Amino acid sequence: MPAVTYVSADGAREQVELAVGTTLKDGALENGIDGIVAECGGNAMCATCHVYVDEAWIERLPERSEVEDELLESTASERTAASRLSCQIKVSDELEGLVVQLPEEQE
Amino acid sequence: MTTVIVGAGHAGFQGAATLRQRGYEGAITLVAGELGLPYQRPPLSKDLLHGETTAEAVAFRPAAFYEKKGIGLRAGDPVTGIDRGARHVDLASGTRLPYKQLVIATGARNRELAVPGTDLDGVLALRSLTEAKALAERLGAARSVAVIGGGFIGLEVAAAANQHGARVTVIEALERTMARVVSPLMAAHVTGVHEQHGTAVMLGGRVAALLDDGDGRVAGVELKDGSRVEADLVVVAVGIVPDVELADAAGLRLENGIVVDEHLRTEDPAIWAIGDCAAFPLPNGGARVRLESVQNAADHARTAAAGILGSSIPYDATPWFWTNQHSCRVQIAGLVAGHDEAVVRGDRSAGAFSVFCFRGDDLLGVESVNAPRDHLAARKLLAGRTTLSREQAADPASDLKALAAAGQPDPVA
Repeated sequence: MPAVTYVSADGAREQVELAVGTTLKDGALENGIDGIVAECGGNAMCATCHVYVDEAWIERLPERSEVEDELLESTASERTAASRLSCQIKVSDELEGLVVQLPEEQE
Repeated sequence: MTTVIVGAGHAGFQGAATLRQRGYEGAITLVAGELGLPYQRPPLSKDLLHGETTAEAVAFRPAAFYEKKGIGLRAGDPVTGIDRGARHVDLASGTRLPYKQLVIATGARNRELAVPGTDLDGVLALRSLTEAKALAERLGAARSVAVIGGGFIGLEVAAAANQHGARVTVIEALERTMARVVSPLMAAHVTGVHEQHGTAVMLGGRVAALLDDGDGRVAGVELKDGSRVEADLVVVAVGIVPDVELADAAGLRLENGIVVDEHLRTEDPAIWAIGDCAAFPLPNGGARVRLESVQNAADHARTAAAGILGSSIPYDATPWFWTNQHSCRVQIAGLVAGHDEAVVRGDRSAGAFSVFCFRGDDLLGVESVNAPRDHLAARKLLAGRTTLSREQAADPASDLKALAAAGQPDPVA
């Protein structure tokens, strides 16, 4: 099970092991990581599971779909080159060591 | 400071979560009528019926969340009464909970079909997780399924039953499906997709009775014109009615739901009502409406939570909805009821297009099927100040996103 680190907006780090096939959003919720809302339940209808991936990972993750790209236009915290929707990122062995930062605000 | 939230659906859960997230320091008790962890409803009629998620995975949060956030979850102990004078609620267990602020998020329950035979084995409905699990179990073995009601839930169930290999008939009382929520044009398109998959869709079908196979199991549906539809599973999906009995007994005003002002507060300043059960005024002097959606529930919850924390910002979110049926991912922004002109953008034959619904020159709402970019732009257009012409709506070369951006309020300096 790949280990992923979530860094809260105030800098607290938590490393958790996630099952392959789950999403970064579900991994956070199941492990009690704060800072993800996921109002639509992972249906790519809202933008409340926004995360910033660590710079080293920006190019290594699968590309954003058009829908994810559009939804990222309406995040509560500022969009950057590192912005992703965590419901759209499936956990795979390639994600071992991934670090994601949670934004200040989701709503 | 104590806030009691009655009901732990999307509205109640979000209310509790938002209060804590915004720094509310008082006690929060979330009272749920059902046992178990509060859960999301959209997957119940979608992924769960298709076997793509599990009953465990639909919970909003694990149990530890409530503990960590100091949210007292009382599951399986419904509220039986509200005493507004003394400011407390009574629970079925006999427990009495005092409140300073009370949030009524009781939601809705399935409308019952008033015909003989609804108590037969094999007659199911879908609202709760328990009902969804029962339906998911039965769908695998069903050979023929009759779905009564051609709204979102009925049609999502029909799609799932069809994909499980059953022969499916949808019986809709009105002359078109999804009449309350989508335009005739979009309804016809989606209905056509069901028919292409082999589902029979009967419009104007008035149910007279559900038939007994002689052994207490359902055998089919009899219509008022005397015709019969054979089915070994019947799903009743004829809409929902708001759960307003507690509010009514407490003397709060009702008007198709619990009457609230633009802050979602009832006439009692200590009591709020949010989500499916709340009848609220649309912004800018609009009509009083009651909406049934996740967006409405969650955004109501945020406004009420902010209100409890002292904000006086009125509710003004743009409504949005979605439904997944076969290959159709339908997304709706705004409220299209009452439109007098429907303008199509995109390629209907390709099954990816949007319907822009106008009344006069006003854009009321936009329905998109497999066109998520149109949908997202429409949400911004409707929230902003852009006036969209019919020509711009119909022209695939017009940049909706840019038009929407131009109409956004200026960023606060």
